[in-house]
Amino acid sequence: MTARCVRSVSGSLQLLLRNRWPKVYGAATCSQKHTYTPPPAQYGGRHTVTLIPGDGIGPELANHVRELFRFCCVPVDFEVVNVDSTMASEDDINNAIMAIRRNGVALKGNLETNHNLPPSYKSRNNLLRTTLDLYANVMHCQSLPGVRTRHRNIDIMIIRENTEGEYSSLEHENVPGVVECLKIITRTKSLRIADYAFRTAREKGRTRVTAVHKANIMKLGDGLFLECCKEVASGYPEITFDSMIVDNTTMQLVSRPQQFDVMVMPNLYGNVVSNVCAGLVGGPGLVPGANYGEDYAVFETGTRNTGKSIANTNTANPTAMLLASCLLLDHLKLHAYANMIRRAILSTVTETRLHTADLGGQGSTSEVVQSIMKAVESTGPRTLSL
Amino acid sequence: ISGVFWSFLNGRCVIFLAYLNIVCLCSASQMQTVTLIPGDGIGPEISVAVMKIFEAAKAPIQWEERNVTAIKGPGGKWMIPPDAKESMDKNKIGLKGPLKTPIAAGHPSMNLLLRKTFDLYANVRPCVSIEGYKTPYTDVNLVTIRENTEGEYSGIEHVIVDGVVQSIKLITEQASQRIAEYAFEYARNNQRASVTAVHKANIMRMSDGLFLRKCREAAEKHRDVKFTEMYLDTVCLNMVQDPTQFDVLVMPNLYGDILSDLCAGLIGGLGVTPSGNIGANGVAIFESVHGTAPDIAGKDMANPTALLLSAVMMLRHMGLHGHAKKIEAACFDTIRDEKVRTQDLGGNSKCSEFTDAICQRVRDMD
Repeated sequence: MTARCVRSVSGSLQLLLRNRWPKVYGAATCSQKHTYTPPPAQYGGRHTVTLIPGDGIGPELANHVRELFRFCCVPVDFEVVNVDSTMASEDDINNAIMAIRRNGVALKGNLETNHNLPPSYKSRNNLLRTTLDLYANVMHCQSLPGVRTRHRNIDIMIIRENTEGEYSSLEHENVPGVVECLKIITRTKSLRIADYAFRTAREKGRTRVTAVHKANIMKLGDGLFLECCKEVASGYPEITFDSMIVDNTTMQLVSRPQQFDVMVMPNLYGNVVSNVCAGLVGGPGLVPGANYGEDYAVFETGTRNTGKSIANTNTANPTAMLLASCLLLDHLKLHAYANMIRRAILSTVTETRLHTADLGGQGSTSEVVQSIMKAVESTGPRTLSL
Repeated sequence: ISGVFWSFLNGRCVIFLAYLNIVCLCSASQMQTVTLIPGDGIGPEISVAVMKIFEAAKAPIQWEERNVTAIKGPGGKWMIPPDAKESMDKNKIGLKGPLKTPIAAGHPSMNLLLRKTFDLYANVRPCVSIEGYKTPYTDVNLVTIRENTEGEYSGIEHVIVDGVVQSIKLITEQASQRIAEYAFEYARNNQRASVTAVHKANIMRMSDGLFLRKCREAAEKHRDVKFTEMYLDTVCLNMVQDPTQFDVLVMPNLYGDILSDLCAGLIGGLGVTPSGNIGANGVAIFESVHGTAPDIAGKDMANPTALLLSAVMMLRHMGLHGHAKKIEAACFDTIRDEKVRTQDLGGNSKCSEFTDAICQRVRDMD
């Protein structure tokens, strides 16, 4: 109990201190080695991870993740926090945020936003991302061997600014019938995301970073973003940097997606590009997504769909959520477990007869999960019985 | 007496000529004048190609060529030359080639000037898969209708403090209503079954919410057309997996820009995509959306397909469906034939050879 209190106090102190001495990003800090230490394992070497089931297919997928982790004897315990997205009060989401602050990592399903409600009801997902300052949304889209798509050999890493831009939720109606929506671009956040993109590219051995923008029209806003990217790029001479306008980018993506390597962009373009890339590699059921901040990390499916129409029909594709849980394990430095489960998932995806409806097959979610567990068992480690 | 006889004859002639005029006006094959803006770079050669094809098809179109270089008007405001404006206002229909936007010329882009001058509020881009030109996507048949005057492209930006920039996205009730009404009218006039509004109202509640409300109101007035709403990301996701599920898409400026280019990419790029801009007061300018391609200008290598398909769109807009069908079929057949294709479509032919092949087919069809 006291350990947790100390952590939360030190957490708030950290926030206070951080505001007084703002970090300096950019070329000057490229030599700083960024080491991350995961939150300390608690209670006998087992990590506690917040689990937010969400709406639609979220709860059933969350159950499958838990089932799989239990089967593989992964030393992770889930603290389940249910968020009721239909409630007007923000208590539920605040509880979830507090839980994530406690544990440091989370696995999350998408929370539905009813867009017919008045603006006072904010998107719960957005609230979570901005409150926890999860500034980088990373999605790695790769062509999978067993999945038939129109384009082959795609390997694109999309890094999207996650907290500002068009998603600032600042709107007002000065004159009746005229609504203004503000898109905010700041130097600090643009430098931060550019720095993150180049660091990640370097770590993963990628050779090219493309900034996606619309600076020919939004000269000041996207112009600032582009400027920050160029500044950071100067500190990474081994990585090629170029930029592309967003409409040309989408056109190139559907004709020749193999030309892209790492892409960095503001919030809304990130939304469009990540969905296009997810569609190109096989759909929303295959790609995991990760949201990283300075202190917290939240993992979810890449395209953030609730899947309302297929909820509780046992037809959802669990691959995206399970791969997201592997990213979670990597983040907790439990690489052996992550690789074991990932190998099993990828071997199952290549089997066409187990494809779920979104991949054109007739398999069910539970069949896919069973097959993954069998694949894990056959590789040898001690597991619970099937 | 001969003088009286002469004046009598003259009078009769005048009446007879007047009668002829009236007959001409009432007849269906009356010549309509269209303002033609050849543009820069490859603009002039592809305009010539289109004019040749229209002549071969015996389309009742008379071309009035005008130039639109920006000039500084009284009061220091940049504007298009007055004779071009007059011509457009008179003819109401225009066909435009690619215009170059000079950097640091001091004046805004020509396309923007034209848009503001004629209040071109709707950009319509029909994307139909071209049979002869293979892309990974087949059976694409959709139309993107994009609001062209406001939204994210209002150009209102401020630096609040050093390092913080705000761009304003403007959504007004009037513009949203206008575009929504136009979308449904278009769907009705072109026998399209459904209209989908693309938005991000979960995040931009007030602005896209207003847009969505206006679309819903327009849907109420046009019950014969099905109306759905879809998030922008869902549309992008589904578009690259299965574009056949979409019909007419209506959306604000930025989403329209991205999605219309995405759809153009599905059918083969900007070199084969037609586009039309509808303005207030019945003005409509059809254009090719590709660039001026200065590197191949004057070398007879350009592909006139985009401008030709835009001209076909123009014919349909004017009600000349017969001619439109003929020219379009000739164009698609030529591309499918693969014998005479320009370089960008994977062939070796010259622009003039391609044009002549289409002209020949059009003549053969008669």
